[in-house]
Amino acid sequence: MNTRPIASFLLGTALALAATSGAMAQDKTIKVGVLTDNSGLYADLGGPGSTLAAQMAIEDSGLAAKGWKVDLISADHQNKPDIGTAIARQWIDVEKIDVFMDVLNSGVALAVNNVVREKNAILIDTGAATSDLTNAQCSPNTIHWVYDTYMLANSTGQALVKAGGDTWYFLTADYAFGHALERDTAAVVVKSGGKVIGSVKHPLNTADFSSFLLQAQASKAKIIGMANAGGDTTNTIKQAAEFGIVAGGQKLAGLLLFITDVHALGLKVAQGLNFTETFYWNLNDGTRAFSKRFSERMKNKAMPSMVQAGVYSGLIHYFKTLEALGGNPHDGAKVVAKMKEMPTDDPLFGQGTIRADGRKLHPAYLFEVKKPEESKGPWDYYKLIGTTAADQAFRPLSESACPLVKK
Amino acid sequence: MQALYAQLLVGLINGSFYALLSLGLAVIFGMLNIINFAHGALYMMGAFVAYFLLNNDYLSIGYWPALIVAPIVVGIFGMILERTMLQWLTGLDHLYGLLLTFGIALIVQGVFQNYFGSSGLPYAIPDQLKGGMNLGFMFLPVYRGWVVVFSLIVCIATWFLIEKTRLGAYLRAATENPTLVRAFGINVPRMITLTYGLGVGLAALAGVLSAPINQVRPLMGADLIIVVFAVVVIGGMGSIMGSIITGFALGVIEGLTKYFYPEASNTVVFVLMVLVLLVKPTGLTGRAA
Repeated sequence: MNTRPIASFLLGTALALAATSGAMAQDKTIKVGVLTDNSGLYADLGGPGSTLAAQMAIEDSGLAAKGWKVDLISADHQNKPDIGTAIARQWIDVEKIDVFMDVLNSGVALAVNNVVREKNAILIDTGAATSDLTNAQCSPNTIHWVYDTYMLANSTGQALVKAGGDTWYFLTADYAFGHALERDTAAVVVKSGGKVIGSVKHPLNTADFSSFLLQAQASKAKIIGMANAGGDTTNTIKQAAEFGIVAGGQKLAGLLLFITDVHALGLKVAQGLNFTETFYWNLNDGTRAFSKRFSERMKNKAMPSMVQAGVYSGLIHYFKTLEALGGNPHDGAKVVAKMKEMPTDDPLFGQGTIRADGRKLHPAYLFEVKKPEESKGPWDYYKLIGTTAADQAFRPLSESACPLVKK
Repeated sequence: MQALYAQLLVGLINGSFYALLSLGLAVIFGMLNIINFAHGALYMMGAFVAYFLLNNDYLSIGYWPALIVAPIVVGIFGMILERTMLQWLTGLDHLYGLLLTFGIALIVQGVFQNYFGSSGLPYAIPDQLKGGMNLGFMFLPVYRGWVVVFSLIVCIATWFLIEKTRLGAYLRAATENPTLVRAFGINVPRMITLTYGLGVGLAALAGVLSAPINQVRPLMGADLIIVVFAVVVIGGMGSIMGSIITGFALGVIEGLTKYFYPEASNTVVFVLMVLVLLVKPTGLTGRAA
């Protein structure tokens, strides 16, 4: 049998369809990719929880009922920039992913930031800390959603120097994130009248901190600033207690702590720590309602971290923007420009804006970890002790090195 | 100078874990010829068993009994592994044992991570070992001192058991020539199973010891096992005393690196491994096969 006429007929139909669909209506398909650490030391603060948050955002957006088709995939970058970029390229070229979510780990984020810009996709980074994403490395395709090293340094650093902690020693994770956090915090300390008397850089994912802690102890600095995250921070805090560092009069400053870390440490060890976050599940009715739904669907019933909350919030704004555009133009820079025009509003981070450099603005909260007897139940961990307004919390545009900012 | 003493001591503490773990590996490799890549996962299981013993709804079993119970529980798990899977690999190339145990490690770690997440669970230092003493040059937490002393005792006892007792002699003979030893009426397969259980128990013991220092995390063993393998390679595969001494020595060297050039502290062991392999491929105390 000769199949050629059928084949060419099918081809013709397909071509005709392709030609008309573009003219008739805007494309209403969206592909979301959650690129995160699914198996390593940051998996609890992002990981599967971020994918769940994205899933919830897709469900809550109600896009499916309005004729949109939203696909979600996720992958593990294993905290390795080379793996992250390889996945990013494949996702954009083969899977046609429109928007990258989470992308925690500053090293990976800076690498993916470049790929996304080169291929005109979108990066809504909710997990990485480095403030370079909206400073020297800023991109018309990237929005930095939740927090950054400048904000953490500004809020926690200033508060501690004001409280008398004027000499600092840093324990720093030896990669892009740790370096950025130490740099930004040191700047704030010096600006507020304090002094940095030393620092030590430890490899990412270190189990034993005793050597580094002894060096910090010997420095006699009043504040030991932990410019690290996740499992590194929890191990540092736990072992600092063992070596009598806090009992000896030195104070630990968690520059980046997540609620999952506090949960892992237990209140007995973590009590009294001061640090900054932009989201806590028990802030208001909106955050409580979301967190309850989230926790019920998590395998270990965990409350959302600010990174996971950011995935939800970022996607909600992204979906709103696409609705406003009437379809998905699959043009990263164009969508991001529109996202910056529109004010953001969601139950988790409240009302906010996105600046020209890609920095999402919202208030920063200074928390203190409760004493065990103050906690009323599981996950009741934080006391709010200070709030920095959205316009004060992040690096002012006047100090920005971002080429997108017109001066 | 004071700081240096402190770093030496801290290195010794880490060395105790390396020694305990590489000792178990050496016992298993020396007696069974299995490269036990599941060692890290079994170490992690030891810590988790200690955690479950303390935190369950029925009865809270504290640290001291856990030091005995956890190695036995995990040891039994190990013996089941040996009986059901590893024993079929006797006589095959090392690679098969390595791949099988590596697979087991991935599965065990995956299951634990699925249920407990990656940040881990807290385990407090037992009351009797809380606090610390001021040694003049450093503040030594009592618990860390205990770890060094206790693991040293366990290491020497194991060495004595294998190298100096009749049981150890049977064991060594059974590896050398199983058929002949069987002819003397000794149940060689059972002895091998028990030896694997012993090696695994040592890993679990190290896990219990480390639970109060580190977070009890599903990946705690995965992070450590590669270093421990380097220790075994440097010490000489299968050499009991070699792995004990190398364990402590490398802990100290790593500790010094953390002081002089911290950025290299997680690679120094491997640099040494390469050097040793270049100069003396059988390891420092190993004999040519």
